[in-house]
Amino acid sequence: MLDTVRTIETPEGVNIRLRLAGPVPRALAYLLDSFIRAVVWLVSFIFFVRFGNFGLGIWLIGIFLLEWFYPVLFEVYAQGATPGKQALGLAVLQDDGVPVGWSASVVRNLLRTVDFLPSFYAFGLCSVLLNRDFKRLGDIVAKTIVVHRSKPRVPQKLPPGRALPLPIGLSSPEQQLIVAFAARVPRLTWDRAQELARILDSTNGQHTHATLHTDVVSLIGYAQHIVGEREPS
Amino acid sequence: MTPNEFTRRHEQEWEQLEALIAARSGRGSAKRSHRKYYPEMPDDSGMNRTEEQTVDQTVFPSLYRRVCLHLALARERHYPSALIDRLDRLTLSGHQAFYSARSRLLHNIAQFAVHDFPTLIREHARLFWFASALLYLPALLMGLLVHFQPEMVYSLLNHDNVRELEEMYRAGGAIEPETGSGRAADQNFKMLGFYVRNNISIGFQCFASGILFGLGTLFFLSLNGLIFGAVSAHLIHQGSAERFFQFVIAHGAFELTAIVLCGMAGLLLGRALISPGRRRRSEALAHAANPAVRIVFGATAMLLIAAFIEAFWSSGTYLPPTGKFIVGGLLWVLVAAYFLFMGARRAP
Repeated sequence: MLDTVRTIETPEGVNIRLRLAGPVPRALAYLLDSFIRAVVWLVSFIFFVRFGNFGLGIWLIGIFLLEWFYPVLFEVYAQGATPGKQALGLAVLQDDGVPVGWSASVVRNLLRTVDFLPSFYAFGLCSVLLNRDFKRLGDIVAKTIVVHRSKPRVPQKLPPGRALPLPIGLSSPEQQLIVAFAARVPRLTWDRAQELARILDSTNGQHTHATLHTDVVSLIGYAQHIVGEREPS
Repeated sequence: MTPNEFTRRHEQEWEQLEALIAARSGRGSAKRSHRKYYPEMPDDSGMNRTEEQTVDQTVFPSLYRRVCLHLALARERHYPSALIDRLDRLTLSGHQAFYSARSRLLHNIAQFAVHDFPTLIREHARLFWFASALLYLPALLMGLLVHFQPEMVYSLLNHDNVRELEEMYRAGGAIEPETGSGRAADQNFKMLGFYVRNNISIGFQCFASGILFGLGTLFFLSLNGLIFGAVSAHLIHQGSAERFFQFVIAHGAFELTAIVLCGMAGLLLGRALISPGRRRRSEALAHAANPAVRIVFGATAMLLIAAFIEAFWSSGTYLPPTGKFIVGGLLWVLVAAYFLFMGARRAP
């Protein structure tokens, strides 16, 4: 299936949808992280080198931690996202949708060395492109996925209008369609909205006893009715 | 029921769950939102952790299940997608808050050190010996080669490396300066940083490259073995044997063993790919990852110990050579005893 949405079922029996992140946003996040690390590397060197050999020792240990544990610490303590991933709205999760733990995070980040081989993440890229969940080798072993963190969507405000009861019975998806259309009206030009609304004309023939008004104002009214607005009595 | 009415009726519960989730993940607004929904609770100052946890534990599960129900209803009734989205997100964060493990880190570490780690190694004893062979056999082979044909050392190391080595271990060289305690203290610190970074990175490489059907581990273990053999034999040939071995014997107990363990962890991954048994390869791999990464944790700790010993003890001249050999030998015995006797015995 050419779809990047994965559903996972919770033990309560409901499904949660996760949107998997592909190679491009992940590569960008990695570049951003590399940049941050390079800056830290340089600044800390300038700082520690003033303390002679002692400072260099501390610096080398710091560099070691930066190389191997920078992603691990952020993934475990910052909701699964390094600063780079944060900036691109990505997060690492366990396969079952719960936050990534220590051992999984360590595994996926230690295996980066192999994903990086032969150079510039060639193995990792192949793996991401071949795997249906966009997993690099580290993700396969650690059972983790990288997902787009969904931003809270502003509830769609319907344009103001008088609620109109539906003259005919419509199925749920059809009602949904009308609500979605009404919510889009403010972002369309009036002419385009009229034009889209007229497409509904073609469906009208099937209903005999009553007709749906297919002008924009009436459709907004139906939408208001569907979401539960009632004529103030 | 219309979407708006549905929202009106249940919105308070959703907000309450949101507040509880925020309180769990310990964000700033947690206290405030808590107060909002539990005004009957005593003041911030009066409300201690356990009371908060009680509220959390009694209310959270039922509330979370109700929101799951709301999500299912909203989907079934085809409510507007913004509403479904909101419930979807709420359920996801509830799921994550509810099912993520709360670990007792310190206790786990102690448990791991005194019990789990040595038991784990004994469980995979055959793999341990195999990894050892991959390190020590090439070392022995290369040692013999260099012993009988000294110029063979140049097949692995270039002239500069070799000169550096000879310089380091010659009488009165870097290892053995006039001053009493070997290298100056700040020099020790720099070397500590170097050893930590270098040795642990080698260990991680040995582990990670195991995923290439074990070939990477094979390569790194054997390469390190060959180099170790070549260096030892060359220095024996040069007559610096005593200085060299009194330097390496102490930290070698931890370092060489830890490298073998990292290789062993890598071989676990490789074995899962080569013979996955009754699992799919990807599943076998994920299954092998757990013991493998635990071994790597333990090995990393050993490499840290090794780095400290190497930096602050091995180069020092606190003891005469005989003393250093005795201490080093004792450390080898200690490491062996740890892996042989600590933790649970095999079931009788």
